Amino acid sequence: MNPPEKKSLDLYAMTWRLPVIVWQTIFFVGPLLFMVAMSFFVVKNYRMVEAFEFTNWEKMLGRGYFWDSYLLTLGLASLSTVVAMLIAFPAAYALAFKVSDSARRWAIFLLIIPFFTSYLVRTFSWYVILAESGVINAILGYVGLGPYTMLNTKFGTIVGYMTLTLPLVVILQTFALANIDTRLVEAAHNLGCKPFATVWRVVIPLAKTGLIIAALFCFILSFGDFVAPYYLGGSKPPTLPILIIDTTKSGQQWPRAAVVAIMMMVTLFAVAFAALTAAYHKRGRS
Amino acid sequence: MASNRKNSVLTPSRRDVLKYGGAAALSMPFVSRAWAQTVEINMLAWYGHGEPDVVGEFEAANNVKFKPKYYAGGDNMLGLIAQSPAGTYDIILSDAEFVQQLNAAGYIEELNAADYNFDDMLYDDFKQFPGHWADGKLHSVMVRCGHLGVSYNKNAITAEEAQSYKCFWKPEVKGKVGHFDWHLPSLGMMSLTNGNGAGLWDLDDTKWAAVKETTMSLRPQVGGFFDYGGTFNSLKNGEMQAMCGIGDWITGVLEKDGAPVASVVPKEGGIQWTESYCIGKGSEKQEIVKKFIQYMLSPEGQVKSAQMAAYPGFCITKAGRAKLNEVDKKEAERTGQVDGMPNDPITLIKEGRIHYRDIPKQQSLEDWNDFWSEYKNA
Repeated sequence: MNPPEKKSLDLYAMTWRLPVIVWQTIFFVGPLLFMVAMSFFVVKNYRMVEAFEFTNWEKMLGRGYFWDSYLLTLGLASLSTVVAMLIAFPAAYALAFKVSDSARRWAIFLLIIPFFTSYLVRTFSWYVILAESGVINAILGYVGLGPYTMLNTKFGTIVGYMTLTLPLVVILQTFALANIDTRLVEAAHNLGCKPFATVWRVVIPLAKTGLIIAALFCFILSFGDFVAPYYLGGSKPPTLPILIIDTTKSGQQWPRAAVVAIMMMVTLFAVAFAALTAAYHKRGRS
Repeated sequence: MASNRKNSVLTPSRRDVLKYGGAAALSMPFVSRAWAQTVEINMLAWYGHGEPDVVGEFEAANNVKFKPKYYAGGDNMLGLIAQSPAGTYDIILSDAEFVQQLNAAGYIEELNAADYNFDDMLYDDFKQFPGHWADGKLHSVMVRCGHLGVSYNKNAITAEEAQSYKCFWKPEVKGKVGHFDWHLPSLGMMSLTNGNGAGLWDLDDTKWAAVKETTMSLRPQVGGFFDYGGTFNSLKNGEMQAMCGIGDWITGVLEKDGAPVASVVPKEGGIQWTESYCIGKGSEKQEIVKKFIQYMLSPEGQVKSAQMAAYPGFCITKAGRAKLNEVDKKEAERTGQVDGMPNDPITLIKEGRIHYRDIPKQQSLEDWNDFWSEYKNA
């Protein structure tokens, strides 16, 4: 038996990894640590003063409205994820299995186009469509329905979240489904598996990793979005990103806003960890 | 060789002419720029004050360029200044109630009262506006104001109903009452609804609890909390039919555009927003900034302010009002800025129906903001 080889430091590999490590340290880890430290600072005369006090944590976590916002944000982001996944799946399935390569390429290109324009502008364009005097209510009016209030409601917020996330979710789902070995799908059909059962028992399990990552991205984007709940939801009631704005706007309480931000990041870390564990969990392995 | 070189300078070839001429021509823009370099003035203000419709003529006449940074709300302004090095802002437009805090924190320069024509002010209070003077020293000059009250859609609320803040509770506008998302004006209006009148900012525990209760009772009526753009849009497209916390500064723009909206000072009283210019501490451009403040107090500047595209304000000088009546009678009449009109803003102040916006006297801004967050989440 040979003794285990001592691994030498691969300078070449390290050189290529270094920029990413340096970048992440300067622009992610550094600010994150500063934000944690800032949550213990105090504000005097609208100016942050370095300190190590727990008052911001006590004040924010002790307020009922913080937890109301927290649960609301969690609920809306979860709902957005479910809705986006359900709407995107048939489209992604069709793009992956039912259309030609050329049509798929065009569809992906068209799904990327929304990212060329500002999300804020796209959100504002919903005003024209969702308003009581807007396009949808005008059409419904012809058949004697409405008008319905859609702006400044949770429905409006979800529409905004879809504007932000749906194209990305369709793209990610399409890539996940397109990478499936289609021979396994054909085998399921040959063995008498019905179409819906094939999707449920073969397609989805095979595309599980990609689908979970699509859902995760949708959740992360919705959870941290300020624009949709503010402009289409009427800030009624406020989600956590709006609470951050409110907290900084009045009294310049950046340390308290840092508490909210840390709570959001902890939640996202937990969700991402759980999602990735589920995504890469192999059946039969512990 | 030497004589040859000399000759070449005295009798340049065609190539030399092109070379030196080209170099001279190319360097001209740098020369001219250095000759009359545009001075940049850093401005901190509410939206619209640094836009061409207000500052354009002054910029052209004085070869300056305003670089505005916009904020919404006095505490937002204080925060921005607190986080910037001294001298960042040359000119600061402040809500009057925050001038005292700007001065106490040492963020603004002392002004020379002799530089400004206080004798031309329309109302005596404007000469010695609260907080603008400290120990006989001037720190800020009021340039415009406006009134906040009931802002409403005329198709949903009648002019009679709009004479009281109670119209916000009208069952027909349930879910259609909006708030401008700043606690100070909205809670001030709730305090007026409770009959606190001139003492609207000076609330003891009992009165503060009552204001909170009144505010909470309005919550089921509320359809949303909006920033400037959202307030503007929701009134324009009819999503909101009444708005708490604003006044003609928003409905005026829409009204001129033909929207069926208006603002009135109700019987419980209205709130005056007041905007004043200060010179930022450590500014190196104090002379030109002083000239700009003088311009904004001149008849031309006052008319620019009254017609400001972002949001209109009242003239505060006699000459400014006279000029507005001369060049834009329609706007003067729309806003009551005509001597003898019953809704003349100065008459309303004299009648005691207008109360200057202030900060809470017995609670902190944090208390009010905390309650505002709680209210939004209710």
